[in-house]
Amino acid sequence: MTSRELMHRSEVAVSVELETPNMTLNIGPQHPSTHGVLRLIATVDGERITSLEPVIGYMHRGYEKLAEVRTYAQITTLVNRIDWVSGFANEVPFILGVERLMKVEAPERAQWIRLILSELFRISSHLVFMSSYPLELGATTPLMYVLREREYILELIEGLTGGRFHPNFNRVGGIKPNYGGGSQSKKQSMDLPAGFFKSTIEAMDRMNKICDDIDILVTGNELFKARTVDIGVIPAEKALEFGLSGPNLRASGIAYDLRKIENYLPYDQLDFNVISRPGGDCFDRYMVRLEEIRESVKIVRQAIDIIPSGPLQAKVPRILKVPRGQVYSRAENPKGEFGYYIVSEGGKMPYRLKIRSTSFSNLSILSWVLKDQLIPDLVAIMGSLDFVLGDVDR
Amino acid sequence: MNFLLFLGVKVALLLAIVLTAALVTIYVELKAGSHMQTRIGPYYAGGKWGWAQPLADGAKFLQKEDLAPAKADRTVFGFAPYVVMMSSLAIFAVIPLHGSFVATRLDLGVFFILAISSLSVLGVLMAGWSSANKYSLIGGLRAAAQLIAYELPLVLAVVAVVIQAGTMSLVGIVEAQQATLFTINGIAISLPYILTGQVVGFIIFMVASIAELSRIPFDMPIAESELTMGYLTEYSGIRFSMFFLGEYASMVGLSAIAATLYLGGYGVPFLPQSMEAFAGPAVLLLKVSALVFFIIWIRWTWPRLREDQLQSMAWRWLIPISLLNIAVIGVFKVVL
Repeated sequence: MTSRELMHRSEVAVSVELETPNMTLNIGPQHPSTHGVLRLIATVDGERITSLEPVIGYMHRGYEKLAEVRTYAQITTLVNRIDWVSGFANEVPFILGVERLMKVEAPERAQWIRLILSELFRISSHLVFMSSYPLELGATTPLMYVLREREYILELIEGLTGGRFHPNFNRVGGIKPNYGGGSQSKKQSMDLPAGFFKSTIEAMDRMNKICDDIDILVTGNELFKARTVDIGVIPAEKALEFGLSGPNLRASGIAYDLRKIENYLPYDQLDFNVISRPGGDCFDRYMVRLEEIRESVKIVRQAIDIIPSGPLQAKVPRILKVPRGQVYSRAENPKGEFGYYIVSEGGKMPYRLKIRSTSFSNLSILSWVLKDQLIPDLVAIMGSLDFVLGDVDR
Repeated sequence: MNFLLFLGVKVALLLAIVLTAALVTIYVELKAGSHMQTRIGPYYAGGKWGWAQPLADGAKFLQKEDLAPAKADRTVFGFAPYVVMMSSLAIFAVIPLHGSFVATRLDLGVFFILAISSLSVLGVLMAGWSSANKYSLIGGLRAAAQLIAYELPLVLAVVAVVIQAGTMSLVGIVEAQQATLFTINGIAISLPYILTGQVVGFIIFMVASIAELSRIPFDMPIAESELTMGYLTEYSGIRFSMFFLGEYASMVGLSAIAATLYLGGYGVPFLPQSMEAFAGPAVLLLKVSALVFFIIWIRWTWPRLREDQLQSMAWRWLIPISLLNIAVIGVFKVVL
């Protein structure tokens, strides 16, 4: 055999490729990293995802339809179950919308308490992310440390509202009249439980500390960085195209925060920063949330300094009847923009309630951002988008 | 007849030691891991400190139905756990608890260990392939890729030790570490290999063993957040518990090898040879425990790497470094 022949043969041998036909991998609806019941139909070539189709609806509970046969007071019970890790923050835009339709305004103290509770739920929601995200990357320990600290927030919320997850604390024109604040006479008893602000301040100190701990345990970890930096990059224009909001959008470099834009609770009297980072990768999404916990701590501290005394409930008729009209009311949920489009034909129940839930819009980028990624990165990217399936399916 | 009886006793003794060690390791993992996570961990089983938890778990596994998926290749599916178990048990046959207390005195002990410990991946691959589950398949293939990447640095790290000791027998390697290096005031000083030039080799060996054990940060073959449970997904009951025991047994086994190769094995510095018969096994146990605890500690601290990152780490860093290590050790061996 001449050397030319040999060369020719070796070339032939090299050019033959193993046939690796694409495999369809069905991820979910029961899968540890899909946060509940999300189903992904992925076509994979080896470990690389060539196309991906999310299938949602496994948790559809029909809240929009249910709301049409519920009174406005009953609907607050429904809406705080949409995104269950930030229950109160879902109530706020709804109740603000109803108040706008009815032309009622809650007293100032009630507004401030709404603000404080919203921020507490933001911290709680971000702490859930802080605990579950490292878990998805294989680190089991941050989960325990972070959930332990979140318990302090939940206890505060429970002490104030009576519920850990579903406070149902908003009323049209104020917040739920409360128990035992000094004298037994009816007028004075309508205030927060004694010592709430004091224990809130203490809990805020703990939150700053756990943020520092997370920094040491997770943020500075080389392996964590190897798994998140430059993974799942979402450029700003793509983020806008797919309608991302909240920390996911801010991590792509767009400082868009309804707390600054939409003038809804007395956020304008507070001094806080909108955290945004330019990278758009998993690490930036993680960092934005971590920094937002610190900002929320600042907000709560300032709010407790500023909060005026006064009544918690404005005068509203006993049977709520909302005049004809429609309103779109939105607020900054921990996960992003959360809105309700309320159509009232007059009467006790809304004619139509459209819920613009955050996670649904945030999830829409999934097939774009997961294309050509590896299966391990699927977990990292999906976790970094921080969605709740109840919020996706409603 | 005599030979068979002797063999039976040896096997029974070895099984008792290894399985006890594996159960204790499982318990330590449960308890130490819990305390690292601000949990209490096992508490009720056995009355105090939950010491009987691994036994209770084992009893529970025994009672479970032995399920196999309808489309599974039943023969291979059933046989895979035995392959894994066998390879992790066989390691212990050559580990010397003491100079004269070793199940089989092999002159090629190191070679035997390296050969037999890589067999476990065959079992893993069998499990992944025969389960008729895509997640299992991916897990099994990841395990195979991981083996190829990590067997090499492991072997190369051990080669450096073999060069320094000049023997492949584990007893011989321990004895080489007991050789007097120098004397101070008439006291003979001997040092384990980790202090006489094998630090790099030791680190490479530990990294590679953790990868071979597929534990965090290299647990991609299991990776429960990605592949539910990897090649273990379809296993239940007694077969699962065999994988489980096998994993912990090889954890003890690889730690014992590391202790023997790098930390002086059963040897105790400053101790007369006559005392060693008693102190030797205890000292080895201490060293093994320290290494096992270290592996557990890592698992509860770090996240998981990605398969391609692991590959690039192995091929771009560990293999060149271990080759360099061999060269340096070889030069010193010749010069000194």
